[in-house]
Amino acid sequence: MCGIVGLYAKKENIYANLGLHLSKMLESMSDRGPDSAGLAIFGKPIAKRAKIMVQSQSPEDDFQKLKKFLSTKKEVSFSFASHSTHAVIKLDVKQKDKVINLINDTFPNLRILSVGKKMEIYKEVGKPAEVVKRFQIAKMKGTHGIGHTRMATESAVTTLGAHPFSTGEDQCLVHNGSLSNHNSLRRELMRKEMTFETENDSEVAASFITYRMNNGKTLKEALEGALVELDGFYTFVVGTENGFGVLRDPIACKPAVLAETSDYVAFGSEYRALTSLPKIEKAKVWEPEPATVYFWGH
Amino acid sequence: MHILDFNKLSLRDINKTLQGSIKNSFFSIRNPKGSHALAVGINKKITVKIVGSVGYYCAGMNKFSDIKVEGSAGPGLGENMMSGNINVTGDVSQYAGASGHGGSILVGGNASSRCGISMKGIDIIVKGNVGHMSAFMAQKGNLVIFGDAGHALGDSIYEANIYVAGEVASLGADCIEKKMTRKHLSNLKNILSNANVSDYNPDTFRRFGSARSLYNFNVDNAKIY
Repeated sequence: MCGIVGLYAKKENIYANLGLHLSKMLESMSDRGPDSAGLAIFGKPIAKRAKIMVQSQSPEDDFQKLKKFLSTKKEVSFSFASHSTHAVIKLDVKQKDKVINLINDTFPNLRILSVGKKMEIYKEVGKPAEVVKRFQIAKMKGTHGIGHTRMATESAVTTLGAHPFSTGEDQCLVHNGSLSNHNSLRRELMRKEMTFETENDSEVAASFITYRMNNGKTLKEALEGALVELDGFYTFVVGTENGFGVLRDPIACKPAVLAETSDYVAFGSEYRALTSLPKIEKAKVWEPEPATVYFWGH
Repeated sequence: MHILDFNKLSLRDINKTLQGSIKNSFFSIRNPKGSHALAVGINKKITVKIVGSVGYYCAGMNKFSDIKVEGSAGPGLGENMMSGNINVTGDVSQYAGASGHGGSILVGGNASSRCGISMKGIDIIVKGNVGHMSAFMAQKGNLVIFGDAGHALGDSIYEANIYVAGEVASLGADCIEKKMTRKHLSNLKNILSNANVSDYNPDTFRRFGSARSLYNFNVDNAKIY
């Protein structure tokens, strides 16, 4: 089991409370996954600026050193904000690749969780309510976001094993289910120079979609490819810079509910995840069809 | 009428009250907010009206009681029901009426996959569509579908009847279309009349059932076991 949620604002009146809504949605799914939780929030981009999210097990020490190290690089102008075990580095988009390489080379203890113009990922081991509180998700604004509560079944309970998984810029994926051909698919993707941080099956699904999109496929085409190549059970919610997509495997035993009003589109593993949303009693609520790609985008 | 409100009472309190009530009581349940396992294990004739949508396993193991959900229901509605009636005005999720022995379920909207899986005597009426693998291994009872049926309808079916007014995406193993005899037409009318459904044209329904080629035990195979 696992719980997944997603919220996409169709109108600006949702932006200010996006984090608050997602926090409540995620907490309501605690029974489905009490061991880890995570969210990806897509905010408004700042022109020519990029965000790098880093995570550390000893943040006080590591973040201090990282900040100091980056300050010595005269050519890099950046801002640095830490939130518990995570930090957001905002910098000129042109310096992004250089800084990523510097971090990877100099700080082996730091993990880069995501890179993008809009997306920030927060994920940790612990109950959803604790994770949401730790990162003060309820205060965050944004256009859309996805979240996950984890009940680990096939790889260790670690921060990096928590969802969302990001394998491409402003791209992430949450997964409820289990894949059975992820090891062979991982090897295949590694031969195509995709890199992996974990032994987790969901990371393979994220990487598969990123690989396809890097090679000119749309999200819809990438997800349709997943229907052919991925074996196992899954309900995926995929976040991109423009919106989110939903895909269930053809057997569709992993639950999924969608709700739409004139203000938002929401996804929940169960209807319970949606009950705190505004005007939910008037929303169009339905179960997404198996093997069918859904997408909402700006 | 007794009002039980989730804003004031816990699920356990509400289920205890329902299970411990006297015959012919009438309850109205408010603010269920997708709660799981609501109104399960009732074994006397009472009436329960649930205002709002419910989560997993609503009205499971029902015996004698009439339960109405004004909203939608999550997976496992009326699992292993023995008798009584369940009426859901909205949609129902996976495996509604699974392994039901008796009674009836009426769904106003759509039912998703595996509706009536392993049904053993229950009548299930769906006013909308049903998802794939509905009536999988159905043994006895009737599944009436006003809309369309998804893939592999009636896979490995035994002796249940399936009536469909809409399109069938595909039939499962050993499920075939059968002639709508006078006896079956009267059976269909009875089921719908018992559920107070009258707005239909009986001629639009087709009947599906078992080809009986899969489940007959062949004595020559006894040595295998």
